[in-house]
Amino acid sequence: MSEVDPVWPPYEVFVRSKRGLNHVHVGSIHAADPDMALRHARDVYTRRNEGVSIWVVRSADITASSPDEKDAFFAPSGDKIYRHPTFYDVEDVPHM
Amino acid sequence: MAPTPPRDEHDEYDAYAGLVEAGEETRWAFGSGFDDPLAGVDVSVPPGADGPALAAYCLMLGDDALVLAQRLAQWCTRAPELEEEVALANIGLDLVGQTRLLYARAAAADPSVVPTLPPGSPAPPEDRLAFFRGPEEYRCVWLVEQPNGDFAATVVRLVVFAAWRLTLLGRLRTSRDPVLAAVSAKGVKEVRYHRDYAARWLLTLAGGTVESRRRTEAALESLWPCVEELGRTDDVSERLVADGVAADPAAAFEDTSAFLHRLLEEGGLRVPTGSPEPAPGTPGGRLGVHSPWLGSLLEEMQGIARAHPAGRW
Repeated sequence: MSEVDPVWPPYEVFVRSKRGLNHVHVGSIHAADPDMALRHARDVYTRRNEGVSIWVVRSADITASSPDEKDAFFAPSGDKIYRHPTFYDVEDVPHM
Repeated sequence: MAPTPPRDEHDEYDAYAGLVEAGEETRWAFGSGFDDPLAGVDVSVPPGADGPALAAYCLMLGDDALVLAQRLAQWCTRAPELEEEVALANIGLDLVGQTRLLYARAAAADPSVVPTLPPGSPAPPEDRLAFFRGPEEYRCVWLVEQPNGDFAATVVRLVVFAAWRLTLLGRLRTSRDPVLAAVSAKGVKEVRYHRDYAARWLLTLAGGTVESRRRTEAALESLWPCVEELGRTDDVSERLVADGVAADPAAAFEDTSAFLHRLLEEGGLRVPTGSPEPAPGTPGGRLGVHSPWLGSLLEEMQGIARAHPAGRW
């Protein structure tokens, strides 16, 4: 029985809906460990039948881009319209 | 007049937008695809089954769930963490859902169990059964009536209750009454989660700090005398077990005990002693004899409904 940290760390919660392909970030919760985080996420974020799969990850384990780097990160792609594949005609094929 | 901000169909700030499929029901926040547990189930009383006994049995199961749901609701604004508060409230709401179906079943099987209200009252049968019966008409077990105590006591009570109810509902899935069978099939999935939730917390508290273990042991000692009642049988259950409608209380209790003993062992907790076998016929909740706690619980739960018997909610 070691020293116990009385404050639970935050976890970020990602939920995949029934027919959704990707997990979507829906919010955060506090928990003592990942197992408990999964259960808290289930109770807080899927009680209205939203999801079929949950991911949780310690908030501290996420590396995020910083607002200061916004220009260097994203501005260069703002005028590169040629990166969109819109400059050639596509034949009329199904599912495109 | 201040302009209202434009709202796209897919608001980029709405974290849930990606969860909703096109054309899906969005009124209930973001969920979809709800199903009715009684859809397609024949609600007539099966031939040969005793309507009044079936009603009495559904009231027992419903009363257990409703009274514990009320206790769990009392944790709102008082739980140790917001997440635990939501978890306990969710469990309570699952139990209210079970109660509603069981009360509706009771009212259909024997309309005479439903309290009479002044003409013109819009209260449906399940509300009348919940709000207009006194403690002596309730048939819940003593375990669910007991005050919440601390979080450890709530966890101990919940794990005992959920383990017991899981064994009952598991058996009732094959009840000869199709409604009871459908309600149980739905309930099993809910109660399995309740048991898992409470069992994890029990092990966490037992293996946590000196204080959490002390509280867990104290909760076990104080609630254990209520456990024995769960294994008792009664006239109604006995008759319905013979008809293939009810679950055998003794067999369900045996499975419950086995689970609880394994769980306590895993937590390194001693099974409390000092729960002597009661003499047959000892009055209990199933006979309408209750601890004093039930009266004050019902007073709080029923006060507003009783003050406005013709009220619309």
